[in-house]
Amino acid sequence: MNDPFTTHLDGNALAGPLADVFSVDPTTAWRRCPSCHLPSSLGQLHVYGPGPGLTGRCPGCADIALRAVSQPGHLWLQLGTGGGAFRFHLPTSAP
Amino acid sequence: MSGSGFSPGFRGRTHAFEGRLPPGQYPTESFPVLSAGPTPHLSTDDWTFTVTDETGGSRSWTWDEMMALPQQEPTVDIHCVTRWSKFDTRWRGVSLDVLLDGVDTAADYVVAESYDGYTTNLPLQDVTDGKAWLAHSFDGFALSPEHGGPARLLIPHLYFWKSAKWVKGLRLTLDNEPGFWESAGYHDYGDPWREQRTWSD
Repeated sequence: MNDPFTTHLDGNALAGPLADVFSVDPTTAWRRCPSCHLPSSLGQLHVYGPGPGLTGRCPGCADIALRAVSQPGHLWLQLGTGGGAFRFHLPTSAP
Repeated sequence: MSGSGFSPGFRGRTHAFEGRLPPGQYPTESFPVLSAGPTPHLSTDDWTFTVTDETGGSRSWTWDEMMALPQQEPTVDIHCVTRWSKFDTRWRGVSLDVLLDGVDTAADYVVAESYDGYTTNLPLQDVTDGKAWLAHSFDGFALSPEHGGPARLLIPHLYFWKSAKWVKGLRLTLDNEPGFWESAGYHDYGDPWREQRTWSD
């Protein structure tokens, strides 16, 4: 994908927002894509954003792996496509 | 701030846009690109636009058929939920009134569906009566892929995530079905003048 206008970020862009709700480093978490069967870590995902949210996609076929939306006081996290998003309440000390 | 340090030109411009900037927004001259995935590069030869009603009945237009419909050239202000607003953007396209004309439906909502899998939900009354377009040109040129070409929705009275890029059709629905961002924390309606950004606004 050589597109100068929508250059994706790598999966480590997810590390900051997800650190608020994971107790272990999520970037090394392993996933096998249900569409193309390519294995990858979360840190290897192609991430689009940052606005309106971060969309993490399989580096092989661009299938959606997760969406993360940061809002004041909250993180919304949706894994896959059809499972609905969880809204996590963040500590008030979070920026 | 007294404004005495500004040139008359700057002040004049500010006055011209007074009352046109929704709360929490800043004006921009550029046209930022926001995408949730790789940009699809679609040929107009393969392009169709389909309106599907709640019973499954549908009508489709090829590119040439769509271009043969009555065209309008709206000049509108647009507002992105990421806080930029852009004034006096010039578009060319087909009013959704034309594409929805004669559809017999009891639906109160539509879901806009795009070639890349993106979806967004809207009340039917917000895409009729001259408020929404299927736009294929921007500023006198064919709409580029990164801005949603060959054709995108243009619904300027709502935050711009509602103006789906690479749109392939409208699906009329009886219920309000949250779309791609609406299901992940963004507002179902998205009125920039009421700052309806997040689910709880």
